[in-house]
Amino acid sequence: MSFVRRMMALVLLALPAWAQAESFVFTAIPDADESRLQQRFGKVADYLTEQLGVEVKYIPVKSYAAAITAFRNNQVQLAWFGGLSGVQARRLVPGSEALAQGYEDQFFKSYIIANTRTGLAPSDSLSDALKGKTFTFGSKGSTSGRLMPEFYLREHFGAAPEAIFGRVGFSGDHSRTIAQVQAGAYEVGAVNYAVWEKELEEGKIDPSKVTVIWTTPTYPDYQWTVRGDVDAHFGAGFKEKVRAALLEMKAPDLLASFPRQSFVPASNDDYGPIEATARAIGLLDD
Amino acid sequence: MISSDPLGAVYASRSSARVLNGVCVLLVGLAVLAIWGADLALYPVDPWQELDRIGQGLLLPRWDEPVVLLQAVGQTVAFALLAVAISVPLGLLLSMFFHRRMVRVLCASVRSVHELFWGLIFMQLYGLSATTGLLAILVPFTGVFAKVFAEMFEQQSRDPLLTLAPRLNSLKRHLYTDVPQAWPALVSYTRYRFECALRSSAILGFIGLPTLGFHLETAFKQGQYAEAGALLWAFLLLIASIRFWVRPRLIPVYLLLAVWLLPETAGFSNGGYFWQFISQDIWPVALREGDLSGALDWYGYMLSEQVWPGLVQTLLLTQIALVLTGVIILLAYPLATQSMAGTFMRWPGRFLLLVLRSTPEMMLAFVFMLLCGPSGLPAVMALALHNGGLIAFLVANASDAEYGSRLSRPDDPKGLLRYAYIETPRRFPAMLAFLFYRWEVILRESAIMGILGIATLGFYIDSAFEEIRYDRAFLLIAVTALLNVLVDSLSRRLRRLAQTEPSRQQEMSCLKME
Repeated sequence: MSFVRRMMALVLLALPAWAQAESFVFTAIPDADESRLQQRFGKVADYLTEQLGVEVKYIPVKSYAAAITAFRNNQVQLAWFGGLSGVQARRLVPGSEALAQGYEDQFFKSYIIANTRTGLAPSDSLSDALKGKTFTFGSKGSTSGRLMPEFYLREHFGAAPEAIFGRVGFSGDHSRTIAQVQAGAYEVGAVNYAVWEKELEEGKIDPSKVTVIWTTPTYPDYQWTVRGDVDAHFGAGFKEKVRAALLEMKAPDLLASFPRQSFVPASNDDYGPIEATARAIGLLDD
Repeated sequence: MISSDPLGAVYASRSSARVLNGVCVLLVGLAVLAIWGADLALYPVDPWQELDRIGQGLLLPRWDEPVVLLQAVGQTVAFALLAVAISVPLGLLLSMFFHRRMVRVLCASVRSVHELFWGLIFMQLYGLSATTGLLAILVPFTGVFAKVFAEMFEQQSRDPLLTLAPRLNSLKRHLYTDVPQAWPALVSYTRYRFECALRSSAILGFIGLPTLGFHLETAFKQGQYAEAGALLWAFLLLIASIRFWVRPRLIPVYLLLAVWLLPETAGFSNGGYFWQFISQDIWPVALREGDLSGALDWYGYMLSEQVWPGLVQTLLLTQIALVLTGVIILLAYPLATQSMAGTFMRWPGRFLLLVLRSTPEMMLAFVFMLLCGPSGLPAVMALALHNGGLIAFLVANASDAEYGSRLSRPDDPKGLLRYAYIETPRRFPAMLAFLFYRWEVILRESAIMGILGIATLGFYIDSAFEEIRYDRAFLLIAVTALLNVLVDSLSRRLRRLAQTEPSRQQEMSCLKME
């Protein structure tokens, strides 16, 4: 943007920004390690530029809510959403479509973790000893850190988390959840399994202080979602080109940004269970 | 001024010290009552591993990409500078009409919404863009400037008016009498607000603007404390060095640079969305469809499930934090003064206050949560330390401004006696006035403590945005604004009751940044 245009952005504060030369923009929030997003996803943008023949840009966002807003505003046309945020975004932008999901996302799961001082032991079912403990979810809009754990907790105990636990917090992030439960600030927490495995491997977790006590059944999670009007803007068949480019992304350093081993096709219907769950726990209105 | 207020008239006959004591006892009494109702549980924790990592990160900061850091610093300054440059003239303009209730209510309501929430609102309208960032700072700041400027003008002498031709219009009268008299106070207050704007600008990174907060939040969230340490140090340095780089003559250059530094806006074309947002998104579906009983159900649910419990928690926490802030000011300010800590020994004290007021409360709250578990306690401690650090800094400045002036005498006592019989009594009314100003701020800030599992109003607002339920967000924000208008008028009354309106001289010396 030239100096003059920036100046105008300032002068015309009251006017919404105007459409710019069309480039295809995407955003992504990985489930772990949000550092150096611009550099890491810049490479993905370069790859997509090469594959799609239009300029592709990446913009970093801070939260699922911001990603959904950007998607709705057409500030981004393609986004790597979590299960729940994808459902929310597709509800707001009619015609938008889930294109592909990570290989791991076909059978994603969450762990319920506990500080070892609670004496809670790993088990095949949720234990009644959880009642009255302090508990933290991850971010409020997270599928693995909030939605699915909350669903299974409600299903098992027949009550809202606030009624099951002595206190319910939202750490905002999976890494924070682990750190807080490990430090005993919260006794129990819900965490994305992939983040847990990664931090365990990196030695950030002390198994004598925090352990997994329960694993949720599997559910579909992260996916690429594209706006329905991209064919109109970028030419017929563009959506399919995007899908193909995503499925053919094989370079390990690109996939490591997400981190996923590969991408597989996905459709809106795959996320029916997520939508039903969100409705069941009152996160979505009809 | 006092006789126009019936309560004030009753108390005006008594000694000001008694009234002051009365107000303080009232505030402390309310706080003690609040402790009963508030959720201040203490949990056994084992935080040392995490605290050790945080400590190491702060002592051994590391940052590998100097360009990214410089860019973030530049954009933090750019947003703050431009927002202040726009909101000062707007505030001046509004301050001229501040005697109108409508203007006062408007200003109190825009002030009452936290910058982060303004950011989230404008993000719906302008996407992630420079416009969003600028508006998020300049809208609440305009409200603050209008209020404070109006109060400064109120305190000016009316005498110069007699020298003017009677037929001059009110704008000219204002420009020739109030503005020149209040000028030093206006300038020093603007300087002080610039520091606040830098903080706001940094914090806006938490929701995605490319300022220091963007990287700081990420690093802190991911437990990369060395990076977080580097960013925090950079921010402290930026704030501490304001007086070296903010030069009146350089400001035009800075402004041009700031415009150039504003981040690019990625394509954003959905201008028609503005109307949809204000006409549909922020109203409950039932209301839009004219379903009256459905709408009543919705409001009833919101009132009983979110508004009322949120309101109670917010008020309880705010009251305790307010009194604790006062305690921290009284403990901390002497450490940073020339008269009590000494010319050299005041620097560690000043550094402490710099750290307290510049570290985002959210981070303080996180550290305290590790120490005492999740409850209202870490929230109260974080709010009190942050705001206490800020006011103690202003109070210490006021003391330093007086040091060596004609008010000091050779037989003034030293040390504790000086603290108890000279400094504190002289600072107390102004300190209380600042505390009342910050009441609103504490109220706003208590909102962002969702990580602690304390359901304040802000917790529900944040949830509403996360769940893409703008109707709820709007209602809750409106309630917060209303609450703030009430607190604002209450604190105005209390100030009058305690006669703590700082005199012009006190105000000016308190706000002096040097």
